[in-house]
Amino acid sequence: MSAASTLTGCATPSETAQRPVLRERGQREVFCGLTGIVWLHRKMQDAFFLVVGSRTCAHLLQSAAGVMIFAEPRFATAIMEERDLAGMVDCQDELDRVVGRLLERRPDIKTLFLVGSCPSEVIKLDLAKAAERLGAQHMPAVRILNYSGSGIETTFTQGEDACLAALVPEMPAASPDAPQDLLIVGSLPDIVEDQFLRLFAQLGIERVGCLPARNARDLPSIGPNTRYLLAQPFLAETAMALETRGAQRLDALFPFGAEGTTSWLKAAADAFDVDEMHFNRVIAPGRERAKRAISHAKAQLEGKRISFLPDSQLEVPLARFLATELDMVPVEVGTPYLHRSHCAQELDLIPPSARISEGQDVERQLDRVRADKPDLTVCGLGLANPLESEGLSTKWAIELVFSPIHGFDQAGDLAELFARPLRRRDVLEV
Amino acid sequence: MQLSVWTYEGPPHVGAMRVATAMEKLHYVLHAPQGDTYADLLFTMIERRAKRPPVTYTTFEARDLGKDTAELFQTAAREAAERFEPQAMIVGASCTAELIQDDPAGLSEAMDLPCPAIPLELPSYQRKENWGAAETFYQIVRSLADKKVVRLDREGRAARANILGPCALGFRHRDDLVEIRKILGALGVEVNLVAPLGATPQDITQIGAADFNIVLYPEIADEAARWLEKTFDQPAIRSIPIGVGATSAFITDVAELAGADPTPALGDNHSRMPWWSRSVDSTYLTGKRVFIFGDATHAVAAARIARDELGFEVCGLGCYNREFAREVRAAAKEYGVEPLITDDHLAVEEAIAAASPELVLGTQMERHIAKRLGLPCAVISSPVHVQDFPARHSPQMGFEGANVIFDTWVHPLVMGLEEHLLTMFREDFEFSDEAGPSHHAAHTPRSSTGSAQSANADRPEEPIVAANDGSIWTSEAERELKKIPFFVRGKARRNTEAFALDQGRAEIDLETLYDAKAHYAR
Repeated sequence: MSAASTLTGCATPSETAQRPVLRERGQREVFCGLTGIVWLHRKMQDAFFLVVGSRTCAHLLQSAAGVMIFAEPRFATAIMEERDLAGMVDCQDELDRVVGRLLERRPDIKTLFLVGSCPSEVIKLDLAKAAERLGAQHMPAVRILNYSGSGIETTFTQGEDACLAALVPEMPAASPDAPQDLLIVGSLPDIVEDQFLRLFAQLGIERVGCLPARNARDLPSIGPNTRYLLAQPFLAETAMALETRGAQRLDALFPFGAEGTTSWLKAAADAFDVDEMHFNRVIAPGRERAKRAISHAKAQLEGKRISFLPDSQLEVPLARFLATELDMVPVEVGTPYLHRSHCAQELDLIPPSARISEGQDVERQLDRVRADKPDLTVCGLGLANPLESEGLSTKWAIELVFSPIHGFDQAGDLAELFARPLRRRDVLEV
Repeated sequence: MQLSVWTYEGPPHVGAMRVATAMEKLHYVLHAPQGDTYADLLFTMIERRAKRPPVTYTTFEARDLGKDTAELFQTAAREAAERFEPQAMIVGASCTAELIQDDPAGLSEAMDLPCPAIPLELPSYQRKENWGAAETFYQIVRSLADKKVVRLDREGRAARANILGPCALGFRHRDDLVEIRKILGALGVEVNLVAPLGATPQDITQIGAADFNIVLYPEIADEAARWLEKTFDQPAIRSIPIGVGATSAFITDVAELAGADPTPALGDNHSRMPWWSRSVDSTYLTGKRVFIFGDATHAVAAARIARDELGFEVCGLGCYNREFAREVRAAAKEYGVEPLITDDHLAVEEAIAAASPELVLGTQMERHIAKRLGLPCAVISSPVHVQDFPARHSPQMGFEGANVIFDTWVHPLVMGLEEHLLTMFREDFEFSDEAGPSHHAAHTPRSSTGSAQSANADRPEEPIVAANDGSIWTSEAERELKKIPFFVRGKARRNTEAFALDQGRAEIDLETLYDAKAHYAR
């Protein structure tokens, strides 16, 4: 089946140069944006995430957070009840009460996110107003912000996008004549962030900030001389908010694998006039290590056909990494949302034979997976075991969001994540 | 609004999913926003099912809200009927869809679907998972049962029973069913139908053909059984065969209704529990204080086993499902404890800390509370995590279930005894107090004000938080207290302080410590 034959009417590309994308609507087997809380709260250690939603929202967080839920986590749900909906009590008063009780219990909290959910959006509970009112009460001890992680508005990692976009207006303004500085955007595991900060320091780029910062009250400043690098492909809203404050995006591949990481670092090096020789000297050891580490998985993966079901928006850059550095053959690359310009360089490197799809009709997509019979299918946990039982090897996608996979020194681990299920299939004799 | 980190039960539509997933050839069309598909992974991961739950979600998004979400629902229902060709469908709304007030019942009725579509009303903001499962099962039975089914005369044929309640995501339902079938086999009772687990809508039509019903899990099946009692005049057996005594009572009840001889089933000598419990190795179990919390059915059954079959003392009893609070209140009265009916895990944690039990029997949540308090614990009830859907046969019901329960409950106590020995010898060599309990070293309790940064394992705290700052303790008495094994130290401290207060002693010295010990000696 050729890529073109599966295209439907609405998939007309706006520019002739762009490759065709299959757009589908129907049942979507994806997480909502609330799930982002599970990793965001680990990153911002002074922040608390209070979801205003239903029992379903609490149940989702509990299911997604697994055992983490028990370690006195910095997130919770204010579960709306009948009386909140029937207007027997004022939701805003109730919220004040819940927030008051929470802050009393957790005096260590410095930033509180009120996170909107489907139910709170549908009844149009004004969390922005609530955040403003509560903020006035609790500042300066606690800053109160809000964003929506609802399923009707956000898919999985878009929850982080919405959260970071809510932080952007809080960033201090840098003066227009401040020296050029660099901002890394997207939450990364601390170890990865540290690796990148070390590399930038070695390159001679000294003024580097991170969004989110480990401390949500410790935000980097921003201004017209800020250049930012997206570390994650799912940050469309955040990027827009940064641009409105004058910052400029450095276009690059996302930092997966030896090539992706090199491209990402090079974009910054060029913007900061780092000498080419110096750049090569600094990154050579890491780049070599990455290539060496990746080569271990190559025998297992080269020539293997892989399909991605939509989940996190990481699919496009990961497919690029697997295609260019491990010689895998992407069959279908599904993404919940495709940001054309952020992913432009990535798309150019994915072989034209691959079908790019945006959105989902899960039944139809599974029909395609069964017809394609890829060697490996990247999908969510709701689909992984059922596909395994049909004889298709899978790699569950959520792990790619929770594991350190960016940068040179994680490239081998990233390749291993894909090689392991195939190796396992080969070793099992029962 | 209720502030909640952990919930014992999911929303009611998850209960409906449990029924749909348990059954065959039934499909659930759920009007729900994008994201609610998370619940699929409870079945594919925790229960390790190899098939997707038979649920189609409409997954509406914000941009659909201005338009016709009703049409979205109808398209989803039509496509599901075509693709899956179910014998029947259930249709309903999740919490968000409940708010936008599309009416799945009316919508599906207007559609002329090729199979019956049973509408579900699940009030998400009042009710929870178990209620949702019970209501769904009741609606399915009520809609599909063929009322024209006539039972043949009992003369010259075996008695027939329905087994009601086993469900998807049920704690040990799979294996309990094996044990119940064994018992019914020994009694010569035929199984007309097991539902919802493994039943098709077609099977349900014949539910009236049984002589009586066995309600294995009242949380799920009680509602339906009451309707069947009225409609088909089918009596229901409601004794729960968890424990040796309860299993015997169950056998007697079934035999009576079936007009069968209970002897062969009662003579099943596969239960080693009575002898294990009598053997001298079990003597140290006597009077161990046990705190029990879970769903009402399992909690009440566990309390009976604990006191009557293992010789424990029940020091706390509670459940999270209000619908069956009455049963728990009655049982709590019998054991002379205050019933704890709550779905707030913080209240459970407080109650456990206050009761200072030596063993906690509960859900996944109590396992973690016990870990934090440094107490032994075993799991007796949902909600449970993946390890409690084991590969091996591990029923709770019947005589084999009693064997499983003995091993499961005593195991953490033996671990406790090992800890005790290690602690006793800690002054001898390298077993320092700072090492903490060996089998949960990774979970050294932290101070209650601690947050993520305070993971300084080099300064461990008392496993049980002291009732006051210890200032009235002499250093000598304080040192002596440290010699008491950690898992009873908190209780000793509290008891001694209560005793000192009661006696008006201003200071706790060695004398007071041992006076208190004598006072509380049992």
